[in-house]
Amino acid sequence: MTLPAICRVSGAALPLRGDDVDTDRIIPARFLVSITFEGLGEHAFEDDRKAAKAKGKAHPFDDPRFAGARILLVNRNFGCGSSREHAPQALARGGIKAVVGESFSEIFFGNAVAIGLPCVALPGEAIARLQSLVEGAPKSALALDLEARTLIADGKTLPVSIPENAREAFLSGNWDGTSMLLERFQDVEAVAARLPYVAGF
Amino acid sequence: MAATLFSKVWDLHTVRKLPTGQTQLFVGLHLVHEVTSPQAFEMLRARGWRVPFPSRTVATVDHIIPTTSLARPFADVEAEEMLTSLQQNCRDFGVPLHDLGSLEQGIVHVIGPELGLTQPGMTIACGDSHTSTHGAFGALAFGIGTSQVRDVLASQCLALDPLKVRRLDVTGALAPGVYAKDVILAIIRRLGVKGGVGYAYEYGGEAVSRMSMEERMTLCNMSVEGGARAGYVNPDATTFAYLKGRPAAPSGAAWDRAVAWWASMASDESARYDDRVTLDAGALEPHVTWGINPAQSVGVSGRVPKASDEAPEARAQVAEALDYMGFSGGEPISGTKIDVAFIGSCTNGRLSDLREASRVVKGRKVAPHVRALVVPGSNAVRAAAEKEGLDAIFRDAGFEWRGAGCSMCLAMNPDKLEGRQVCASSSNRNFKGRQGSPTGRTLLMSPAMVAAAALAGEVADVRPMLGGAR
Ligand code: SF4
Repeated sequence: MTLPAICRVSGAALPLRGDDVDTDRIIPARFLVSITFEGLGEHAFEDDRKAAKAKGKAHPFDDPRFAGARILLVNRNFGCGSSREHAPQALARGGIKAVVGESFSEIFFGNAVAIGLPCVALPGEAIARLQSLVEGAPKSALALDLEARTLIADGKTLPVSIPENAREAFLSGNWDGTSMLLERFQDVEAVAARLPYVAGF
Repeated sequence: MAATLFSKVWDLHTVRKLPTGQTQLFVGLHLVHEVTSPQAFEMLRARGWRVPFPSRTVATVDHIIPTTSLARPFADVEAEEMLTSLQQNCRDFGVPLHDLGSLEQGIVHVIGPELGLTQPGMTIACGDSHTSTHGAFGALAFGIGTSQVRDVLASQCLALDPLKVRRLDVTGALAPGVYAKDVILAIIRRLGVKGGVGYAYEYGGEAVSRMSMEERMTLCNMSVEGGARAGYVNPDATTFAYLKGRPAAPSGAAWDRAVAWWASMASDESARYDDRVTLDAGALEPHVTWGINPAQSVGVSGRVPKASDEAPEARAQVAEALDYMGFSGGEPISGTKIDVAFIGSCTNGRLSDLREASRVVKGRKVAPHVRALVVPGSNAVRAAAEKEGLDAIFRDAGFEWRGAGCSMCLAMNPDKLEGRQVCASSSNRNFKGRQGSPTGRTLLMSPAMVAAAALAGEVADVRPMLGGAR
């Protein structure tokens, strides 16, 4: 099944500072007690947001200056920990259309690709500059172009990196890969037949 | 050519190179549980797909179930709905389910090995990051997300990029009171929570060769906490002895053929690795985490770090962890007061874990201010422990003795921390809020160390409490 291609994402950005932001923080486990992903969007970072509020601060996800942002700016190893796909689902359902960060946990990255949420990388200093830029001028529009592999911000064009296969998947609309895996099913059966533990020792 | 187990298993399971550049990999065993599967089954229904290899798929329930009473319906309406939906999905798609109440039910990473489903040379996937546990048998085991659960259900395949392989040589011998849990905490402390990104970890060396299968499972379980999506130990005589006679293991003449094949999958002597790291097991002491990720640990005789002693780029993160945990920095970790003690989880909820903890507990009492619970990893572990009288030892000391499940490892069932409680836990994640209270605090350690903390009411070195040899 071919889905809509994802080539460009543009809009305001939301800076979320910190390394090693784990998926338990992105979406606390109690919200996983459900058989659908519906309604996850409003609970993204719920506990962090509450903790910020208790300290009299506004978490970026609650900060009205960033309302309607489409691009999330994160730091290193974003999405580590639990493999829950609920994490990218919560972000996507909360209106995030792309994540720009220094690096991503592998499982999070894979899950994000599978639901059509591009994650691209920039060097640490560039991320820090963008985060400061957006904090200072929240309505600055960023433009991510997967075709050109660039992010345009503040009049500058920055080269972003994304694994080629993920980029290819977004551009071709093949990011939901099950159909591709079913394409040559006789090959799958051939592999099963050569495995002694499937075929019988 | 000499090859690693990783590349042998990878090559054998490769279906083809996909147009995206990834590898289409056949999944030999797909483990399913109630949390990450309902949306995947729903997608299959929507597209009219079947599960083509239902006999390579096995389901159980573990995350959401209460560990006190199993009376249905559950108090939590959504948990009840999840269980009902798993039962329905397994019926509709012909997937075998080890349901609530059966002796085969338990945490998915405990029952796979127990039933002999997990075997060397396999590829294994499960919608749970701790699938890395199964690598203890010399399998390539990956945690996956829900869309990939859908992929595997529908096609028995995954689209993946190959990993590099880092060999971790654990030399020497562990001292009494020091366990596999301490080895893995030390590895993660040294290499960091993202040190393993892009790698599979191959654990070997004298200390690993000497470990039981259950210890190897603890080691591989937490590979993912070090950033490595998979971790494994080469299969050997210990592996084969564990598997012999298990329900899903081959028997008769097939057993000998299986052993020969399994042995052939081990990494060759002269295999080349992308990286090598050596760790001296003999130098380790029991480890305890002080922070909010599993790399933030210290030996039990050590001190919590001060943010000011850290490298400039690490300071903010250490300060955040100290603030959340309520440490000022510089204090000894020993003597940290605890409120809850939790022995269980897929990391350390197996029979040998309960045995080691019970040696500490026997004839002693839990500190009056501590709530202590033991949650066996599976119903089979629970039954075996009861047969040995371990339940009585724990109960006499003041522990709660529970039914099998994930329990207080995460916050999806009634077992949760409250407020800012501090929990000495044998589980695998000390993330903020992980154990159910958004401000709750977790100190990870071995089950024997949790037992020691439960008795002392504070973090304490278990070694003086362990009489005699192991
Ligand atoms: S015990 Fe904890 S880590 Fe293991 S499967 Fe259950 S929730 Fe996940």
